[in-house]
Amino acid sequence: MSLRIVVTVKYVPDATGDRHFADDLTVDRDDVDGLLSELDEYAVEQALQISENSDDDVEVTVLIVGPEDAKDALRKALSMGADKAVHVEDDDLHGTDALGTSLVLAKAIEKAGYDLVISGMASTDGTMGVVPALLAERLGVPQVTLLSEVSVEDGTVRGRRDGDAASEQLEASLPAVVSVTDQSGEARYPSFKGIMAAKKKPVQAWDLSDLDLEAGQVGLEGAYTVVDSATERPARTAGTIVKDEGEGGKQLAEFLASQKFI
Amino acid sequence: MAEVLVYVDHVDGAVRKPTLELLTLARRIGEPVAVALGAGGADTAAVLGEHGAVKVLTHDASEYADYLVVPKVDALQAAVAEVSPAAVLVPSSAEGKEIAARLALRIGSGIITDAVDLEAGDAGPVATQSVFAASFTTKSRISKGTPVITVKPNSAAVEAAPAAGAVEALSVTFSAQATGTKVTGRTPRESTGRPELTEAAIVVSGGRGVNGSENFAIIEALADSLGAAVGASRAAVDAGWYPHTNQVGQTGKSVSPQLYIANGISGAIQHRAGMQTSKTIVAVNKDAEAPIFDLVDYGVVGDLFDVVPALTEEINTRKG
Repeated sequence: MSLRIVVTVKYVPDATGDRHFADDLTVDRDDVDGLLSELDEYAVEQALQISENSDDDVEVTVLIVGPEDAKDALRKALSMGADKAVHVEDDDLHGTDALGTSLVLAKAIEKAGYDLVISGMASTDGTMGVVPALLAERLGVPQVTLLSEVSVEDGTVRGRRDGDAASEQLEASLPAVVSVTDQSGEARYPSFKGIMAAKKKPVQAWDLSDLDLEAGQVGLEGAYTVVDSATERPARTAGTIVKDEGEGGKQLAEFLASQKFI
Repeated sequence: MAEVLVYVDHVDGAVRKPTLELLTLARRIGEPVAVALGAGGADTAAVLGEHGAVKVLTHDASEYADYLVVPKVDALQAAVAEVSPAAVLVPSSAEGKEIAARLALRIGSGIITDAVDLEAGDAGPVATQSVFAASFTTKSRISKGTPVITVKPNSAAVEAAPAAGAVEALSVTFSAQATGTKVTGRTPRESTGRPELTEAAIVVSGGRGVNGSENFAIIEALADSLGAAVGASRAAVDAGWYPHTNQVGQTGKSVSPQLYIANGISGAIQHRAGMQTSKTIVAVNKDAEAPIFDLVDYGVVGDLFDVVPALTEEINTRKG
């Protein structure tokens, strides 16, 4: 038995940087450093754990759709321990929305071959959290999403989904799409050995034609959503700050009363 | 007038507040038609009618509880086919976003998630979103198909607007995928008696400075004095002091209450992403340099173990 896991990851602008929009109202990627979306590290970690806990022959492929620099994110995932990587890069991808991204990912996943897809719960830039569900819909396989615990055994994936109202135990047959939360387990740091080994691991490069896709299906042209304006939120006017010298609680209560909260 | 489908989030017939907010927003762009699925769906009609639903489409089947997400997508797709709405609105819960996404893909439409406001526009509904940790506000619309939009809780004040609320049975045929993911067990979350975090008008949060799970009692006491929900920063959750379901921030819940009180929280970007759209922000922190103070309307530089109990006592005294 063998198990092929594809982990979808995203290259995102660093949230601690000064993120803003370019003139075409897409995310400006030139002025802020990019990195592997933190929430995708959890997906890589779970793929590696499934691999380590399995008696089967498991192959972990990381898949990214993004510009040249996105290789940095692939390299990080390979350093953590993934076996190989696929990089889908094409100038026509600029401005692709979530629906378009799910199309490109689904085509690439099918081309790579898979038994299990693992994604992070959301990207840390768009934070929509819809791509895993979209992938399941496109691939026509079960979605087992937002898991804080995941295991794979005998062709079945099981996990725990902690929702607002209840915690649910889920189960589905492979192939399936899984997404994991930041509660699934701390992601490992790449070791020196891992970093050296990553340099020798294969990275395949595909463009739209490799996936039988055309420019009009993706990018800004193919987007189903139009951003008409993006305005920077005005800086908050400076608030009142007091030092507690015994009366801090009372002063705060006074403020809350003045705002009619009490 | 065009009809607008509103997906109803309810627990055994008890409608959750974000759905009532959606009905208010839906009336700006058309006539609300609600879709209430599963056990108790028909029981929602009265309250939905009071808030503007002209019709309530219902369907009950065990699939809604026994399998994840897809049966609800099948039903919503059937409702879209029956009504041909001008838009579909869904609450921005984790499940709501998944339902909306799959629906949009099936009906060949675009999707906007986490709208914080909605208005009618010449080219369809215009959604306001708050992005990049609330540092930017965007206005977007859907350019293809029937707009599918998810809306964050607390994005509109609930307004009553009595309408017929006539119950009609929706006819649903489940897809082959509907039974793909089985729910083999369900443990309801124990009720704390406090408001739901994302829906609360006031949220009181604790962070690293709370320094231990036992100390969260003073955060809870302040919350209870204000009828507030309790939140926690990622540092507090990762340390095991408070449950993940209460985490506010980029990887937790995004909240937008009338009042947010941050205690012992420094205000890292990840936390700010989850609370920066709160209307009034208050912080208590020992460190005068903490970035949270850049956001506040009122801040107290001081030890939360002194300030918070004093505040709670003062509130309780004032309430009499």
